[in-house]
Amino acid sequence: MYPENYRYTKEHEWVLAEGGVGTVGITFHAQKELGDIVYVELPKVGALVEQGKNFAVVESVKAASEIFAPVSGEVVAANDALSTAPETLNSDPHGAGWIVKIKLSAPEEVERLLSSTDYQSYLGAE
Amino acid sequence: MLETIGLSSMEDLAAHLPPAVRFDKTLAIAPGKSEYEILDYFKRRGEENAVGDGNSYANFLGAGVYYHYRPVMVDTIVSRGEFLTSYTPYQAEISQGTLTSIFEFQTMICQLTGMDVANASMYDASTAVPEAAMMAMRVTGRHRALVARTVHPEYREVLANSVRYEGVTIGEVGYDSESGLLDVNDLSRQVTTETAAVILQSPNFFGIVENVKQAGAIAHAKGALLVVLFSEAVSLGLLEPPRDADIVAGELQSFALPPSYGGPFAGVIACKEKFMRQIPGRLTGETRDANGNRAFCLTLATREQHIRREKATSNICTNQALIALMATVFMSVYGKEGLRELALQNLSKAHYLAGKLKPRFSGPFFNEFVAQADGHDVAAINRALEGRKIIGGLPLEKYYSELKNTMLLCCTEMTQRAHMDQVAEVFDGGAKQ
Amino acid sequence: MIEKVRPHITQNELLLFEQSSPGKKGYQLPALDVPAVDPAHALGAGNARAEIEDFPEVSEVDVIRHFTRLSTWNYAIDLGLYPLGSCTMKYNPRINEVAARVDGLAWIHPYQPDSLSQGAMEIMAELERCLAEITGMDAVTLQPSAGAHGEFTGILLARALLQSRGNPRKKILIPDSAHGTNPATAHMAGYSVENIASNDRGMVDTAELARVVNEEVAAMMVTNPNTLGVFEQNIVEVAHILHAKGALLYMDGANMNALAGISRPGDFGVDVMHLNLHKTFSTPHGGGGPGSGPVAVKKRLEPFLPSPRLKRVGDQWEWNYDLPQSIGRVRAFYGNFGVLVRALAYIMAHGGDGLKRATLDALLNANYIRKLIEPYYQIAYQAPSMHECVFSDERQAKRGVDTGSIAKRLIDYGFHPYTASFPLIVHGALMIEPTETESKRELDLFASAMVSIAKEIEENPDLVKGAPYSTRTARVDEVTAARKPIVRWKRPQAAAAD
Repeated sequence: MYPENYRYTKEHEWVLAEGGVGTVGITFHAQKELGDIVYVELPKVGALVEQGKNFAVVESVKAASEIFAPVSGEVVAANDALSTAPETLNSDPHGAGWIVKIKLSAPEEVERLLSSTDYQSYLGAE
Repeated sequence: MLETIGLSSMEDLAAHLPPAVRFDKTLAIAPGKSEYEILDYFKRRGEENAVGDGNSYANFLGAGVYYHYRPVMVDTIVSRGEFLTSYTPYQAEISQGTLTSIFEFQTMICQLTGMDVANASMYDASTAVPEAAMMAMRVTGRHRALVARTVHPEYREVLANSVRYEGVTIGEVGYDSESGLLDVNDLSRQVTTETAAVILQSPNFFGIVENVKQAGAIAHAKGALLVVLFSEAVSLGLLEPPRDADIVAGELQSFALPPSYGGPFAGVIACKEKFMRQIPGRLTGETRDANGNRAFCLTLATREQHIRREKATSNICTNQALIALMATVFMSVYGKEGLRELALQNLSKAHYLAGKLKPRFSGPFFNEFVAQADGHDVAAINRALEGRKIIGGLPLEKYYSELKNTMLLCCTEMTQRAHMDQVAEVFDGGAKQ
Repeated sequence: MIEKVRPHITQNELLLFEQSSPGKKGYQLPALDVPAVDPAHALGAGNARAEIEDFPEVSEVDVIRHFTRLSTWNYAIDLGLYPLGSCTMKYNPRINEVAARVDGLAWIHPYQPDSLSQGAMEIMAELERCLAEITGMDAVTLQPSAGAHGEFTGILLARALLQSRGNPRKKILIPDSAHGTNPATAHMAGYSVENIASNDRGMVDTAELARVVNEEVAAMMVTNPNTLGVFEQNIVEVAHILHAKGALLYMDGANMNALAGISRPGDFGVDVMHLNLHKTFSTPHGGGGPGSGPVAVKKRLEPFLPSPRLKRVGDQWEWNYDLPQSIGRVRAFYGNFGVLVRALAYIMAHGGDGLKRATLDALLNANYIRKLIEPYYQIAYQAPSMHECVFSDERQAKRGVDTGSIAKRLIDYGFHPYTASFPLIVHGALMIEPTETESKRELDLFASAMVSIAKEIEENPDLVKGAPYSTRTARVDEVTAARKPIVRWKRPQAAAAD
């Protein structure tokens, strides 16, 4: 369920770091809590994000939830497919439902995030 | 019931309030009155105004609030308790009446204005203007709005007072003193890549039809949005809609209510499809129910205050649902041909009167125009008219100090030829009674 | 599929555009008494419109049937109780409708001379006086069009006063139980919002408040009683803490139905507040508006009130624009006059004594309901309820049923749902405000419906989760409506022949 090579945050985001770029999304747990997702407000390519700060918004019918950046850097790609098919966040949150790709400005941030095992323990404890 | 709760008297219900906050006196308001006394009070107040039984005046005022016949159907339908006393349609399954009629309303506004999306109404035009400006700021990311001086003065005041703390600056664009249209040279000079919106009104406050296409070209060349306002909805029956606009905002009072001393009215905001998610206020959308039947519901609510709170597109909570329903009924009764004929009558009446007076501007006008009083004081003209039980036009010097001795006159389908002839007579005769 | 229209929930009714037929009309205008003008000539060819494409053409009979049928699909106060919290869905007296339609009030133009508008101005002056008396404040503006508009105006007034003292300050404190318009308004007025958590009794934590109030805080926005229906016991202390640091106390008057005649905000330290005439003062909701949101202030805020203001000069009223410190207008013209007439009619019908009696009846009804359903639903806070009571769905959530589903099941019992999921500080809130309008009989029916649903949840939770069953439409798909919004009718394209 929660890929070993991803890293996770307590706010239920994941990041997959490869070659200085981090692909970011929300976890299976997060999409379940949010319910049917109807819209995703994506940042613009080129925007700078800071770890822990809000960078996107995910909307269900009755709520709008802020998504916090798990890592800092510059947005180099945003998943535009989510504009026409926001439901992808529900159906494939760890794969096709990725939200942005970030060129990491501080790659060491990734190491300090939760591992798959730690995240699942955290969920179990919650 | 008190027994069930475990209290012995009604006063006990408030006994838990701290003594310091209790109001133990009686409110200084006269004891409750019967229906008959209440109605009598309001009828007498009505008689103290210059309309009403036995006291009717003819009225040539427009300036954002218009006299139009109201089809009997309007009050018949909105007086139904299921419309009058129902709540906001958050529970779609038991509000399909309201939701369906709002969907029809949104559609008709799109058809009239040439836009793709219209919301379920705003408080009125004056408060729709800052909302439209804020929308343009959000879309473009820019912070400056240019407003034509020919936009209704009170709309401009409300705009300035409402956006003061949103980091927005407002510039004013002048008008051509001969035609009464927006000064396009002034506009070209002022539009930059920092401009979020160019805001003009058509017909403008002087009643003149603006060159929307031209203004649009200037705005769009610098990436600014074009916002077009209207205050006389009947004009849309005959005028080509502002298809070049990105956002249209306006007043529906003409379709719903008599002047009512200024309110309640209903404003509307409409826009191109791509701006849908930035539009403030309520939106009704079409969907299906669990059995596959067509149904309607409020949608895109996540833009609104009850969800986004401080990040909402606006703080607005109510819309003017009942007024919007009145407008929907009005539009249904008149329909495609009727709105056109209604507008044609307005145009003809105003042009008849203008033909007997001296219009100040040369630009094309709909049902209002600015008349110049040559050598006579407009205040004296209005006094003479009052003596004949006619309320004359709006003197403009208070709003535009350069327009001395002018008044804004409005003629609608309700205006009678005999009264227009009297106005002309008083103008000619130098304000003699 | 049933094609014949029947006056029943299963009827099918087309949209106006789908019933339209060229040449049908529902209007007739008098003949023109002046020469007709050619639009292309008068306006310029480019300005004259060819036609209003796809605009409906229907007859008067079509119109009345269409809207009559639509109306039968709505719930309304005229049909039964709306237990919606903080909405105060009380009876809308019909005398109000007649008063508002008096010709001499409906047909006056806002720009006609003051000397010819004395009746209208007298009505507004009298309403200002009554509202000031009811709230215990010194001055009132009737300009704002609705509650949120009144909030915005009120915060602008607070800002203006602070500005006149040299510093508008930066923050507004808002309890986490507040209505969404509060933070949205604060933001629009240029302030940042700082949330302040409620204590374990659901009220403002005065120790916490004392810690956070400083010279950066412009004001605190409270609702009293708060959105839990509970009176802020420490309100006087709250006002002191704020005033000591030069900050102001704003009160959201949405819950005024619990106070009219028994407690006055001006007496417990409120500096500025708004009222909702469409709540406390019985003006009709009409499916979502119009409303009116007058703002009442203490003397020191009076100079900043929106312009113009009514002024008595001799034996006449005048509109006075000479107000150098005014924040200016917040809307065109003077306010929602038609709504003001209705509110004044309501006040006149009740009188001073009657307003107090209505308030006590509202308290009675809410407490009665609370007593009847408290054994089955978890009351959110033990504090005494005023005009509304708030429960949590925690007991029912154990069986997998949340407040939203309970609300939908209530529809099958013939009631409009209560307010679900608000305030946010209560898990799965059920917020119930019956108002003074309801009789014991209606309340007993409501309570027994709630009890019955609680039992259904014990025995057959799925039944409740699938509700409602008896409405014209089954549960509506709001998800698709948000993913692929269709916000207008379009003429269907003819099927393309390949």
